[in-house]
Amino acid sequence: MNPYLTSLIAIVTRESLRFINQRSRFLSALVRPLVWLVVFAAGFRAALGLSIIPPYETYITYEVYIVPGLCGMIQLFNGMQSSLSLVYDQEMGSMRLLLTSPLPRWWLLFCKLVAGVAVSILQVYVFLAIAAAMGITMPPAGYLLALPALVLSGLMLGALGLLLSSTIKQLENFAGVMNFVIFPMFFLSTALYPLWKMAESSQLLRDICAFNPFTHAVELIRFALYQSFNGWALLWVVLCLVLFFGLSLVGYTPTPGTGRGKGRS
Amino acid sequence: MSALDIAQVSYSYGERRALDDVSFALAPGRFSALLGPNGAGKSTLFSLLTRLTVTGQGRIRIAGHDIATDPRAALSKIGVVFQQPTLDLDMTVARNMTYFAALHGLSGRLAQARIDAALDRLDMRERSREKVRALNGGHRRRMEIARALVHNPEVLLLDEPTVGLDTASRRAITDHVHELAGGGLTVFWATHLVDEIAPQDDVVILHRGRVLAHDRAETIAAGKPLTDVFMAMTGAEKTPV
Repeated sequence: MNPYLTSLIAIVTRESLRFINQRSRFLSALVRPLVWLVVFAAGFRAALGLSIIPPYETYITYEVYIVPGLCGMIQLFNGMQSSLSLVYDQEMGSMRLLLTSPLPRWWLLFCKLVAGVAVSILQVYVFLAIAAAMGITMPPAGYLLALPALVLSGLMLGALGLLLSSTIKQLENFAGVMNFVIFPMFFLSTALYPLWKMAESSQLLRDICAFNPFTHAVELIRFALYQSFNGWALLWVVLCLVLFFGLSLVGYTPTPGTGRGKGRS
Repeated sequence: MSALDIAQVSYSYGERRALDDVSFALAPGRFSALLGPNGAGKSTLFSLLTRLTVTGQGRIRIAGHDIATDPRAALSKIGVVFQQPTLDLDMTVARNMTYFAALHGLSGRLAQARIDAALDRLDMRERSREKVRALNGGHRRRMEIARALVHNPEVLLLDEPTVGLDTASRRAITDHVHELAGGGLTVFWATHLVDEIAPQDDVVILHRGRVLAHDRAETIAAGKPLTDVFMAMTGAEKTPV
């Protein structure tokens, strides 16, 4: 078998097995969005009126609105958790094993990224299945069309995690970044409220939301789930993916004499 | 051709010079020890040899491949055992080995044959179905050495591999690796423990980033205990080894 494919399969298998072995991680990955769906959405349903906005063709309940945002949230947490495991791997040494492979470093990091995305997509579909069991369903074809959107959004958010892990040396530093990255990205996005709703309270907040890559990841998923295509969101997600992955490769490339670059002792 | 050829390598962490004009070459099929006290620059040198760190000063060639210009060929020729364990504790020995083999592009029957052979060399095959967490420290180390041999490297690098092991395990690991060198593999073993070195081994003594000596252990010792000579060279107080 091709060595590139061999390494990709091995890295994805390793990450998937590690995820399945960590039952508490699997459980919390599911409970988190379900709590938002069941508790938060129920409370907000009465408070928040939603007009008909694309891709929706009719009035929708708030539970229906936040499902794509919660899919994005799963991927956001997973992207950050994957990078947390990279920081852990660096501290524990297993990252060295990866980086001393004769395969190109960019490929090895890309494999890590793909492994994280595979795990996140598994979580998203289990969440969507539970949501469907609760009566919150999407058009049947939407479940399939969402897959490429989830791959791209997962890659983009994973690349952001990779970038963060390339600049963070210790696990302790990572906890702070989780708070400064996950929560602002999630709340300043269209995951919980549409842009027009945000504009009612503050134009600045609306502009920040429109700039936030996570907004575009959520919209890409939302449109795909409703069998629509959002070219602008796709462009943003792809551009951010290229930017984040490119910068993380720079972070992981050892630089002569300065002691920079990950994996050093 | 030398198995490992290091020429005028220097490396600094900011103002601090960790390696200063280091040059030596290792003969193929020999056990060579890199002996130095803590902070001598051993781990920095190993980082450079494994390309986890790179330097703009000097040249490193592994089995004839320059690590700066042909890193992939150079890395394919080395097996590495890091000072810090790099195992997935909740996976079996076999799965850890398969994962590593795949990182070197090996899969299927070829990978399995190489894994079995490597485990056999270290007397670890009967443990291949056990989870790594169930192994003691000595067996984990042996497994890491077996893993480093899966892709048939020409040079085996070990960075203080006996740290944290009891005396019996330390002796067993040291003997095993000496046997590997006897079988034609070039071994480069970093340590600060003189008793891990046999009189006929090659020794590079590194101190404060500089090579103080490179010769047979018995030649450097010149009839005296190697510990005393090493202590005298590095100016350290004599401590039990």
